[in-house]
Amino acid sequence: MSTDLDNFRTETRAWLDANCPPEMRQPIRSEADICWGGRNWTFESDAQRRWLEVMAERGWTVPDWPKDYGGGGLSTGEARVLKEEMQRIGARSPLTSFGISMLGPALLKFGTEEQKRHYLPQIARGEIRWCQGYSEPGAGSDLAGLQTKAEDKGDHWLVNGQKVWTSYADKADWIFCLVRTSAESKQGGISFLLFDMATPGVSTRAILLISGSSPFCETFFDDVKVPKAQIVGEVNKGWDVAKYLLGHEREMISAMGLGMGGSLGAATKPQDPMLRAEIAAFDVDALAFAAMSERFAAMWKAGEAHPASPSMMKYAGTELNKRRNELAMAAGASDALEWDSERSKSGKTPRDWLRSKGNSIEGGTSEIQLNIVAKHILRLPGA
Amino acid sequence: MTLLNDDQKMLRETAASFLAEEGSIAKQLRHWRDINCRDGFGHGLWKQFAELGLTGICIPEGHGGLGLGATETALVLEEIGRNLTPSPFLTTAVVAARAIEGTAHADRWYPGILSGEAVLALAIDEGPRHAPERTALEAARQGNGFLLNGAKQFVVQGGSADMIVTAARTAGSPGDTDGLTLFAVPKDSAGLEVENVGLVDSSKAARLAFDNVRLDADAVIGQVDGGWQALARALAAGSAGAAAELVGVASGASAMTLGYLRQRKQFGKLIGEFQALQHRAAHLYAEIEIARAAAFKAAELIDSADQSAELFVAVAKAKAADVASFAVREGVQMHGGIGMTDEHDIGLYMKREAVLGELFGDVFHHRERVAALSGY
Repeated sequence: MSTDLDNFRTETRAWLDANCPPEMRQPIRSEADICWGGRNWTFESDAQRRWLEVMAERGWTVPDWPKDYGGGGLSTGEARVLKEEMQRIGARSPLTSFGISMLGPALLKFGTEEQKRHYLPQIARGEIRWCQGYSEPGAGSDLAGLQTKAEDKGDHWLVNGQKVWTSYADKADWIFCLVRTSAESKQGGISFLLFDMATPGVSTRAILLISGSSPFCETFFDDVKVPKAQIVGEVNKGWDVAKYLLGHEREMISAMGLGMGGSLGAATKPQDPMLRAEIAAFDVDALAFAAMSERFAAMWKAGEAHPASPSMMKYAGTELNKRRNELAMAAGASDALEWDSERSKSGKTPRDWLRSKGNSIEGGTSEIQLNIVAKHILRLPGA
Repeated sequence: MTLLNDDQKMLRETAASFLAEEGSIAKQLRHWRDINCRDGFGHGLWKQFAELGLTGICIPEGHGGLGLGATETALVLEEIGRNLTPSPFLTTAVVAARAIEGTAHADRWYPGILSGEAVLALAIDEGPRHAPERTALEAARQGNGFLLNGAKQFVVQGGSADMIVTAARTAGSPGDTDGLTLFAVPKDSAGLEVENVGLVDSSKAARLAFDNVRLDADAVIGQVDGGWQALARALAAGSAGAAAELVGVASGASAMTLGYLRQRKQFGKLIGEFQALQHRAAHLYAEIEIARAAAFKAAELIDSADQSAELFVAVAKAKAADVASFAVREGVQMHGGIGMTDEHDIGLYMKREAVLGELFGDVFHHRERVAALSGY
């Protein structure tokens, strides 16, 4: 068993050595270094394109998905080895996408065979960039109160309404979208639709955040026609799909707690003893959380984790990431206030700091996660 | 890795049912405390540990032990922590057993540990703060042996021990890790004065005064001047073990508190219905899960002799002590007035946490180690 893994490691190491372009082993410097793929993606370099192509060909953009759907068909152990070997050489992720982290797992669980064969390989190859239509102006924490309506018009759904906080809607090719198909029941009147953002009637407007970036949009639907087959799961049963997908989203967001680049103390070398002590306390928590992430991933795979545990991970990971950014600001002191200088990489530290405040809001606020833990894991009364 | 195998799950279940039944607060901690027992634990229970093979958990199979690792040890210690079971398990079966591993002292003491007759202790600290490399207790060569002078404190179960593994300085000066030597000091050594002190959690720890204690050369455990390696190994096992026990303490306190939230009524409602308390309970749950993961990770790295074991042992001890302290503080507060009474058990968790948190170095000691090992 372990010799099999050792062999896999040797092969993988050799393959990565031969196929991972040197440029793709450099740390990520800016947004453009992160490859999201999609119809309109402009590769920043040949290396970025090549890296995606060779990895996708092997199914290694989604190492643990079945081969039939464009995945690598790797076991948990093999997928871990691949991750470790990529980390060893500092290889960038060939493809970052909501298709991989969110929609894919939901399709694997709830999609029809036809849907899986159609959508999953496109996701694996980075051909379609997806966005998530969940929150609405009147439905944030109370997500199931959403009002965007989809009417059954016989051969199609007619969608009208508005979404907000749609990540990269202005750059996405398709959307997975929660819509109301019945007013009879709150959670039991929601369906899960997939449609092309180029469909007539879809428009987006970017939202400028306190960090100066615009990763989110308002998204408007005005008589948007969606083919009937583009529903995942049954009509009015979309909430199950939505919740399952949220679990994956929370798992993904919780990975932020792992931070980028290891020990904060090693990165900042704090001289001030009071700050050093706080950073050491943070590093203890960050390393402990890293152990938790590993354990959680293994338990989740093995079906030993509580179904609501992604909420716990999301809560802990995002709160930790906010703390990391607070301490990075403190360690940077007045250097960390520079917003537009080249020296500060256009204010990377303060922009990251401000952006991190959204971590405990997006994907369900910390307070919502604590509600879920109290109700589903601790089974506290009336929760 | 990271998940328990079937043998480990079975061990955990055995330990859980044994300790919940025989090691309960009423049967052990309160019993021995209330009769003012000089050991602070029951020898009968220690014999039962032996009958289950648990006293030999770290002892190699060649010596008749179970030959298991830090992970299995952690499973047992979590249950000990949950039940606040007083026993020599951590000091004798884990730390001392590791300290004498592979030496002639193993032949001498392992049979007694296996049968549940021997109790061993470890004497490291010389001041109120744990700082093993600062060991100053002097062991001067004299003829074929050594003459020991100095003092030790916080020697857990030192007053009950048949032999005390003692760290002494044979060369160098306080602060050097070279020049330390471990000695097996018999309890009735001439010139050794033992003050048996009761601690806040009703456990016992000794203060030792060495006044020209004469030891033969064969009292040396391992190498003269080269004791640090064995000491570090024993302390790593001890810190990882204490971390696991602290996770158990935190879990036990938290379970008791959740039980109270589900049963106590005020304003015509169960207090567990109040969101202010629900959120605190949920936050605590997350912290305990993280501390458990850190404790297992440290144990796993010790078992695989990984280079980062040292770092993760420090992480585990710091995190577990931090979280257990939080758990018992929340526990006493959420119990309200009843939590302040001696009659209620929640306060016993707070007392135990205080002692375990300090043992083998407190939160600050281990944070400092994490910083130093991370290069800042």
